[in-house]
Amino acid sequence: MTRALIVISFFGLNAVNGFAYAQTAADAFYSPEEMAAARHHLYNHHGNGRVSYIEAERLEYRTGEGESGFLWDGQGWIGGDDHKVWLKTEGEIDFDGSSVEEAEVQLLYSRAISSFFDAQIGIRHDIKPNPSRTYAVVGLQGLTPYHFELDAATFISDKGDVSARIEVEYELLLTQRLIAQPRTELNIALQDTPSIDVGSGLSTVELGVRLRYEIKREIAPYIGVSWERSLGDTADFARDNGDDPSTVFFVAGVRSWF
Amino acid sequence: MVFLSRRGFIASGSVAAMLPPWARSASANDMRSLSPVENLGELTGSEFDLSVARMPFTVDGRRGKAIAVNGQVPAPLLRWREGDEVTLRLKNNLDTDTSIHWHGILLPFQMDGVPGISFPGVKPNETFTYKFPVIQAGTYWYHSHSGMQEQAGHYGPIIIDPADNDPVAYDRDYVIVLSDWTFQKPERIFARLKKSSESFNFQQRTLADFVDDADEMGIGAAFAQRSRWGRMRMSPTDIADVTGETYTYLANGHGPVDNWTGLFKTGERVRLRFINASAMTIFNVRIPGLPMTVVQSDGLNVQPVETDEFQIGVAETFDVVVQPSDEKAYTVMCESIDRSGYARATLAPREGMQAAIPPLRSRPTLTMADMGMVGHGGGHHMMGGDKKKSMTPDMEHGTMDHGSMDHGMDHDSMDHGAGSDGQSHNHPQGVGVVNVAEAPTNRLAEPGLGLENQPHRVLTYADLKSLDINPDKRAPEREIELHLTSNMERYMWSFDGRKFSEVRDPIIFHKGERLRMTLVNDTMMAHPIHLHGMFFDVVTNESHYKPRKHTIVVKPAEKLSVDITPEAEGDWAFHCHLLYHMMAGMMRTVTVKATPHHHRSDEKESHENHQAHMSHKTDAGHKSHKGHKSHGEMNH
Repeated sequence: MTRALIVISFFGLNAVNGFAYAQTAADAFYSPEEMAAARHHLYNHHGNGRVSYIEAERLEYRTGEGESGFLWDGQGWIGGDDHKVWLKTEGEIDFDGSSVEEAEVQLLYSRAISSFFDAQIGIRHDIKPNPSRTYAVVGLQGLTPYHFELDAATFISDKGDVSARIEVEYELLLTQRLIAQPRTELNIALQDTPSIDVGSGLSTVELGVRLRYEIKREIAPYIGVSWERSLGDTADFARDNGDDPSTVFFVAGVRSWF
Repeated sequence: MVFLSRRGFIASGSVAAMLPPWARSASANDMRSLSPVENLGELTGSEFDLSVARMPFTVDGRRGKAIAVNGQVPAPLLRWREGDEVTLRLKNNLDTDTSIHWHGILLPFQMDGVPGISFPGVKPNETFTYKFPVIQAGTYWYHSHSGMQEQAGHYGPIIIDPADNDPVAYDRDYVIVLSDWTFQKPERIFARLKKSSESFNFQQRTLADFVDDADEMGIGAAFAQRSRWGRMRMSPTDIADVTGETYTYLANGHGPVDNWTGLFKTGERVRLRFINASAMTIFNVRIPGLPMTVVQSDGLNVQPVETDEFQIGVAETFDVVVQPSDEKAYTVMCESIDRSGYARATLAPREGMQAAIPPLRSRPTLTMADMGMVGHGGGHHMMGGDKKKSMTPDMEHGTMDHGSMDHGMDHDSMDHGAGSDGQSHNHPQGVGVVNVAEAPTNRLAEPGLGLENQPHRVLTYADLKSLDINPDKRAPEREIELHLTSNMERYMWSFDGRKFSEVRDPIIFHKGERLRMTLVNDTMMAHPIHLHGMFFDVVTNESHYKPRKHTIVVKPAEKLSVDITPEAEGDWAFHCHLLYHMMAGMMRTVTVKATPHHHRSDEKESHENHQAHMSHKTDAGHKSHKGHKSHGEMNH
């Protein structure tokens, strides 16, 4: 049997994988079936690995100006270099009312579109505030020049409302383990949505800094401060509800990933 | 002579892996180790039985789990003789596949031991028999090529005694196997790199460093430097991906506390055979107070050259001869390239003696030279980010035969000046390629990364000259250019912008041709590049005494050339020997074809004429398939 024939005979088998392997010299000495399996394994384990990641970015107690509560902000993904599935969730529990004020979950398909950025598309569901809403999500996540972590997304709700959120973070190493992380979040809405107390325009701004100590890279307790301000109609909605549109929170929590 | 009962280890799973006798420290041995040549407990002869199993292993008093060969970490020293035919039976007592690759050994490809390229691998409870003639001499090593087993202890040394007299004169002989041990699972380390690629680095630049820089160079310059790196989204402290945070660096299986000790008598010539069997660690080796005469690298003799320090890439070997004249102890200091830790051994006239351990030097940082920029530090032409994108992203790399590279064949590779003509990058530059070296330079005459300004002599590749005249003195007929590419942020590593998993076509070599391979490092790290089954004639000069190596460290933004004469047909692995870079995709297959190159198209087709004089045999599985192809095996 010539090698050409071997290649042909293997084309069918490897075509399952979408590729034909050209290097089949070892088939002359070993079982071609075993070689095909070993080859498949080799390729899949040298560049095509799957990894999963879970991060609790902010798990924090927060208090300020008579309010106190708990905030969670986590994300995770599973996949390879080019394609991933992301799950993101964040929300807030208000200790005064002992109620979940906000709770959102996003499920996204994420594709690497450049060296440092992933494009993301999927759905977001807000369990709270009431009434719950579902959104289509189109976003961009990655690392900008000068090492800013950017997570930007546009949301279109099932009611046709359009909004956007931009989160930017930076890490400043004070020491190898003591890290200051400034963070900002902007929420923008195209229209008033009184049912969830959101007004059009730049609706909320958040500016904060958290100082964490990485006991291990994966586990870091932190303290911080966060100034959160509603603007425009959103601020009016807040005032109508008896809330202060501008609040400074002191926070303490844990960041972890694995 | 201490000889271990292999059966004893195989029989009992509860037995802890131990150091092979040759790797035992003198202090743990009796004075028998004062015999003139020091290789107690090695396995010699032409028939070898090796069994691989998982067992506990203790490093510096802490117990972990290793993959051991014959119950030993490092694996037994195999001592062969040039001209013999060796038979090695590998029994797999793991619950997963295993293999042994004979690193640097010239043999028929189907004995090379890479699952998926040279053979199917060895299944649990199977025994695979390797058999091949030994046609070379020198210091080599062997390791698993399955999964990440080499990180877990599956590596050992080989010494091949020359058929004729050894040109190296010495009175005493030690192997020093360097490695990086972790108590974590290798798979977890790799996953962590994928999730957060710089998380092992605890020597990053901090605010205090910025203040120091500002103090030294002025705040404007310090800020400009920071912003250059920031703009590129890279870190100048990215010297090693995996560091002393998880690694304990070993010499002959001994941690720095365990302190492996080799004894000498004053005035003796002691040959030290350094083998870097690490998964990820490049070491800087020196013996304060003791000059080293380098006599061999990668198994092949070099013209003796005296030095005080050398850098040893993963998978490289360096044999040095030292002659301690004082009745005192010497520290063999093996600092990791990022200085996050060290392996250490001691040479002493008596057991129990030790010398001072020099403090770790401060970690090096990458410079603009490591970026391959025109003019080094102009700060305006790094081809990262958007600029890179202006190149055709989906360019097909097509044929690897860049035979007519625009810089021609007769250039003196030492003349690649910075910015001379601009480097072309004819390869895909997608997600996995962050930057390309715009003006890579030949750095073979430079010491290893971070050893630039030492107060003592430091070996460079340009210092190495083969002792024997190069066997092939022809000028290369064609050139293959290959780029080392990466995206550190995503922990993607590749050749020519493509991961191994994305490539099906091998790089084609033709048997008997004279080939120049030019490697361009577009990444900011040093990569030990290894080609199985043949040697690189490293183009450090135009003489016929080029050093010949199986593994060469390509520095950041370096462009270097090696000449190759492929002789053994078949499929061979080619990869970065940093384990996790290889696992991430920095690998290729090279196929050496008997089919003639176009220059010699009159040669008749002889693709069945494999160099296959070996028959193979396994206890299970393979025999039944032998019948359908009998060519090759009968040719010898």
